[in-house]
Amino acid sequence: MAFEVPKTAYSGKIKEIKLGSGDKAVTVGGESCYPFYLFEGEMSHSPRIAMEVWDMPPQDWAPAALEPFQGVTDDPVAWAKKCIDDYGAEMICLQLISTDPNGLDRSADEATAVVKKVADAINVPLIVWGTANHDKDTEVLRQIAEVCQGKDLIMGPVEEGDHKKIGAAAIGYHHTVISSTPIDINLAKQLNILLGNLGVADEMIIVDPTVSCIGYGIEYCYSVMERMRMAGLTQQDEKLQFPLICNISKEVWKTKEVHIPTAEDPKLGDAKKRGILLEAMSTMVLLLAGGDVMVMRHPEAIKLVREMITELTAAS
Amino acid sequence: MALTGIEIFKLLPKTNCKDCGEPTCLAFAMKLATGKAELSACPHVSEESKAKLTEASAPPIIPVTIGVGDRVLKIGGETVMFRHEKRFENPPGLAILISDGLDDAEIDARLKRFNDLQYERIGLLLRPDLVAVKAGGDAARFKAVVTKVKEKSSGGIILMSDNPEVMAAGLAACADRKPLLYAATEANQDKMAALAKENSCPLAVKADSVEKLAELTTKLTEAGIKELVIDSGARALRQAFEDQVIIRSAALAKKFRPLGFPTIVFPAEMTDDPMKEAVIASMFVAKYGGIIVLSDFQGESLFPLLVERLNVYTDPQRPLATKEGIYEIGKPNDSSPVLITSNFSLTYFIVSGEVETSKIPSYLLVKDTEGLSVMTAWAAGKFVADAIAPFVKKCGIADMVKHHKLVIPGYAAAESGGLEEELPGWEIQVGPRDGSNIPAYLKSWHP
Repeated sequence: MAFEVPKTAYSGKIKEIKLGSGDKAVTVGGESCYPFYLFEGEMSHSPRIAMEVWDMPPQDWAPAALEPFQGVTDDPVAWAKKCIDDYGAEMICLQLISTDPNGLDRSADEATAVVKKVADAINVPLIVWGTANHDKDTEVLRQIAEVCQGKDLIMGPVEEGDHKKIGAAAIGYHHTVISSTPIDINLAKQLNILLGNLGVADEMIIVDPTVSCIGYGIEYCYSVMERMRMAGLTQQDEKLQFPLICNISKEVWKTKEVHIPTAEDPKLGDAKKRGILLEAMSTMVLLLAGGDVMVMRHPEAIKLVREMITELTAAS
Repeated sequence: MALTGIEIFKLLPKTNCKDCGEPTCLAFAMKLATGKAELSACPHVSEESKAKLTEASAPPIIPVTIGVGDRVLKIGGETVMFRHEKRFENPPGLAILISDGLDDAEIDARLKRFNDLQYERIGLLLRPDLVAVKAGGDAARFKAVVTKVKEKSSGGIILMSDNPEVMAAGLAACADRKPLLYAATEANQDKMAALAKENSCPLAVKADSVEKLAELTTKLTEAGIKELVIDSGARALRQAFEDQVIIRSAALAKKFRPLGFPTIVFPAEMTDDPMKEAVIASMFVAKYGGIIVLSDFQGESLFPLLVERLNVYTDPQRPLATKEGIYEIGKPNDSSPVLITSNFSLTYFIVSGEVETSKIPSYLLVKDTEGLSVMTAWAAGKFVADAIAPFVKKCGIADMVKHHKLVIPGYAAAESGGLEEELPGWEIQVGPRDGSNIPAYLKSWHP
């Protein structure tokens, strides 16, 4: 039977950006089709996974999430190295949890020292993620930007309220900014325009649409990301043609569902596998919506997602 | 594509006889175009017009029902590629595979899991839908296992065999349950079609490519079978994914009828690793699976899949809402904190999750805000003193705690004065704006 495979009419392309520097630098973006629609176009660069490291020992992680990092959670450098050496991390995302003014409220000096140590110890791209408190992030990220000049960090979240100061520091010291808005395509576009006006080059922007996991509103970010891809690829909306970063594992592992022990509710199955699957499946869903850099935690979840990416992009 | 009112009007008798209950044929045509009337209301329409109108008004992806009673499963009927364009209509059926070669104890265990693994979430019952019974080759054994499945579960049934004789034996045991027959192939299509027709059952069609699938469905449609479910045969991940997209877009964008049916996919046949199988299934939940067959059910994978399905198939225009009322978190007593929030289900999940994380037993009052979040509800006048106070009085929380202190969300801080006026005797405390700060807030809270 004569059957013609229907094809989407694409008119745009996602921008390519290089993250980090040196021979371990990673390039993402460059898609000319919807995620994994490889019969219609190309994904010049497969989505990448960054492994999450905290700048303080986690207090409330589920046992399943802690287990792979036993012995290193009190040392971000050792933790990051373990991710790279033992679990093959291609990128590290250092979450600056300790700087939260509602938590430990560690100073910018302390945070900067930790970031510098990690940056010096590894050669894969380093993402530095603050606490979304404008004043604190401004103080912390500006200092980090300066001290880590030459490390080509990826730093954020940069929001409308602090984009000028952090953006300026990122321009000055050549770091990529994470343009972050709360699950809204128009706000995302607006901030990308503002960053452009400020002088941040297109290839120095990666977009954080703000993500959540299965059971906690994943459908909202899923649809916002799909709409961004649609606008960028089919409606020539240049300010929505940036690669997307999803800081997802933190969201998954703080939910009630990953903390319930197996014995407490046997119908929810094995607690460890449940946590791994919630992370892997949430990540999978966001990859289908257009994620380019996925921040993940559990090595087994990462392994599953890597296999999915490999097989979805395999030569046909 | 659906016809316009004028196009429909041209096919009507144009006599304005009013037998349909409408004043004119044009008025009737307009109602038909918007789906507010049925063509059968016109007794005079010609057979030729009827055929044309039925053809034109058929949905681009045919809805198919499997099973009977309260476990009936409806799949297909989808109208968009992306959920934000309208909504996804009918969530995919999740099926557990039971091979008739398994021993009886294992079959019983699987049926027990099928029946037991059900979950409550925001007042909805989440549960799997189908049992797929796979024949080994012996008709008597197949029939015996199907009989057991039918007796021990009320879910929908998929009968899997490419041998029409074996299929007939299974069907004899459960035809009254309207099972899905899997599958008609190039080799057996006539006999399978006859079985489906005689028993008024939906029929799955399997080919080894999308093109061959279209040829087969065309023949089966011509043979009078309307309810088809299609399997492109791909078991490698990339091809299986692309086929789902191609089938959906051929049906919607090209109105290509031979592929306008719900699909069936088999993560069970794509990997031996149950963890990976679950991730593959999660992909098909988002991208266009009609029925998803899993090798087994375990809570750790089924629960996330059911919740994902609920999320992805939520109507973007109608957010899920939680029931208004008092929710006890932990085991609160008469000196536990009382918090109030809106009934947007996401708000509820986040707030209740954070309260739980704090390990401080608390009462959470959920006010009906028609599914709006705190900020939106506040702006819309649904989460303001005048609306909150009557609910607080009526819900009975005053008798459950000794202190009369109410923690309101930081985003509704402006209501604290109004609330103290409306709720005499209550002290209104302004809690954090962001849910993630609730644990710290509650830890320092005193009655």
